[in-house]
Amino acid sequence: MFRLDRRSWFQATGLASLAGSLAAGARLAGQPGGVPANHASHNPHSMGTVGRVSKETFDPVRYLRSWNFSDLPPAEREKYYRETPRPDGTLLREYEIFAVDRDVEIAPGMFFPAWTYNGHVPGPTIRATEGDRIKVTFRNLGTHPHSMHFHGWHPPAMDGALPGQEVEPGEMFVYEFDADPFGLHLYHCHTVPLKRHIHKGLYGAFIVDPRSSSGVRPPAEELIMVMNAFDTNFDADNEVYAVNTVANAYMHDPIPVTVGRLVRIYLVNLTEFDPVNSLHVHGMFFDVFRTGTALTPSERTDTLMLCQGERAIVEMTFRYPGEFMFHAHQSEFAELGWMGLFKAEEARSET
Amino acid sequence: MKRNTWLIALLPLGLLAVLLALIIWSKPADAIRGDRKVPPVERLTFQRVVLEPGMILATLLNDGPDEVTIAQVQVDDAYWTFTADRGQVLGHLGRTTLRIPYPWVEGETHVVKVLTSTGLPFEYEVAVALSTPGFNGRFLRVFTLIGLYVGVIPVAIGLLWFPLLSRVSARGMDFLLALTVGLLGFLLVDGAAEGLEAAGGLPESFQGTVLFALAAVGAYLLLDGVSAWLKARRSGPERPGWVLALLIAVGIGLHNFGEGLAIGSAFALGEAALGTLLIIGFTLHNTTEGLAIVAPLARDKHHVSLWELVKLGLIGGAPTIAGAWLGGFVYSPVWSVLFLALGVGAIAQVIAQIAKQMTRGHAPSGVLTRGPVLAGLFTGVAVMYVTGMLVG
Repeated sequence: MFRLDRRSWFQATGLASLAGSLAAGARLAGQPGGVPANHASHNPHSMGTVGRVSKETFDPVRYLRSWNFSDLPPAEREKYYRETPRPDGTLLREYEIFAVDRDVEIAPGMFFPAWTYNGHVPGPTIRATEGDRIKVTFRNLGTHPHSMHFHGWHPPAMDGALPGQEVEPGEMFVYEFDADPFGLHLYHCHTVPLKRHIHKGLYGAFIVDPRSSSGVRPPAEELIMVMNAFDTNFDADNEVYAVNTVANAYMHDPIPVTVGRLVRIYLVNLTEFDPVNSLHVHGMFFDVFRTGTALTPSERTDTLMLCQGERAIVEMTFRYPGEFMFHAHQSEFAELGWMGLFKAEEARSET
Repeated sequence: MKRNTWLIALLPLGLLAVLLALIIWSKPADAIRGDRKVPPVERLTFQRVVLEPGMILATLLNDGPDEVTIAQVQVDDAYWTFTADRGQVLGHLGRTTLRIPYPWVEGETHVVKVLTSTGLPFEYEVAVALSTPGFNGRFLRVFTLIGLYVGVIPVAIGLLWFPLLSRVSARGMDFLLALTVGLLGFLLVDGAAEGLEAAGGLPESFQGTVLFALAAVGAYLLLDGVSAWLKARRSGPERPGWVLALLIAVGIGLHNFGEGLAIGSAFALGEAALGTLLIIGFTLHNTTEGLAIVAPLARDKHHVSLWELVKLGLIGGAPTIAGAWLGGFVYSPVWSVLFLALGVGAIAQVIAQIAKQMTRGHAPSGVLTRGPVLAGLFTGVAVMYVTGMLVG
């Protein structure tokens, strides 16, 4: 007995050998063969980094949802953040920030000799309400002069960028200003050479929520995303792109979100060397509040482009459960680490 | 030897061992580096990149003094998964092969970039992606055919000038021998340039230039010895031409082996997209090599059998086939350097032999300035140069 399948039929008719020799001939002549020989596997998971980073010093998942050191236990948190009510109903928010040199793991097994605020990149997220008083005690524990330059209203003495405003190693400075205007801002080192001080990792997000007199943002699951990149061989060209430092972090740990519930992303672009970066989310559209300075969206899109230092609040609601990819829509950045997943799940029934 | 003599011989070695132990123990280099965070010296060399359907295999060598950890791999500016057969941590001269499942595109360019734990990238460009031939019958046939076209047949065709050569006058003979020197002189320079270029591409630990020089000198001396032995043993003084022809054949054979390696590996690595012109060029080029082999024979009044001609042809041409096989299937640049160097040494020795024959009993300067000799030298170099243009 013998089985007569497609293959044996081809063999029997001699077609297989003809096809084979045609393909071989085409290959020999340096032309694409008639058979997709090079496409043995198109496993989508073969793209990306190999292994996992250590989450001991920096956990990208925790970074997404922490501000004002909320990720620290209360006793520990008190060392870095204190709030004191003021007579007019606003708060005095005091922060302890220090600059320190630290090797950070930007992709599994790959370490970047970073300059950091408080030991990680991006630095701690500072969040206040419009009109609050911000007081940042900045200590430079690093090996080079550094500073903190906040975007927002402040007098020149608090700028951190003017000549003579660098804080020398071992020195300190207190930045004090009002949180104004409401919106999504950022802070970064403004010491020259500027490119190096920024791409080495000295930056962070600065969120100012609207005071109730200005209006309110509806409740949402809030996520902080800083688009950044690392030039590991210092040739003014980035080897790793990411959101929140670690390449492909959210491919390995998809960000859990709830179907039907508003998700708000605080998106800041601090990518050095490339003029723009972008966010694209699959299978949906989102509202954009540029710089977060208004409570009505300026556009509805699925791809948003931001220049360095530009930022936007993005609001979306997932319609379907399942995995949704998000990444820079510069394919190059996406393939060099700036790609992740949302995992949308149905809301659990309240009991 | 007496006990004392042994002691004197071993004492410095013993002291050297103590010194080495001291260096390893005290680590003077660390004292220079101090507490500063001096990054390690990382140096990775791509040894061989092989393309299989849907797969890139890259063999890397740590050529630097410090340990290197391969952290990530990019192909065409995209991070890509990979496995390493001998681990990702490479000590000095450690080697590992990365298997990267990548859907490469036939005939296009791909860049493999390996990033170490410090983010230092090392790059390799596959200029024209072609499936690397496996060791199978079809490619064995293809490489044999190329070897025949490029090596054996042209050399054999060149040998066919022999009947003509045996009829030329003494002046004509001067011309022909000078022509041979011209041809060989070109090959000498060409082989040296090619070999030194390949030597420059080797990992620094292999000391390519030294390897090249030593292999060339070694080949020269070895062939000198062989020629003395041949003269003493077999042919007797009446057949100096045969010995010389044999030596030239050996020299050219070694050179062609190196050339075969280069051709085979170029095909294997997809660098030469099998240009027909390249093959035609090598064929024309190598026909003149046959002429170089038989020229000294014309001097012998002895009969030369067909079998002897075939033998010379095989010695000079057949190594191209072996070279193409080796180059196509197990290529490593070290072999190229080695065999090109052997070819250079052998050719230099042959040139010296011919020059000795030509100048026998005369002052070298007097011989060199003779009209037929000058014309021969010039013609030899010119023929090689022009046919060489087809290859370059």
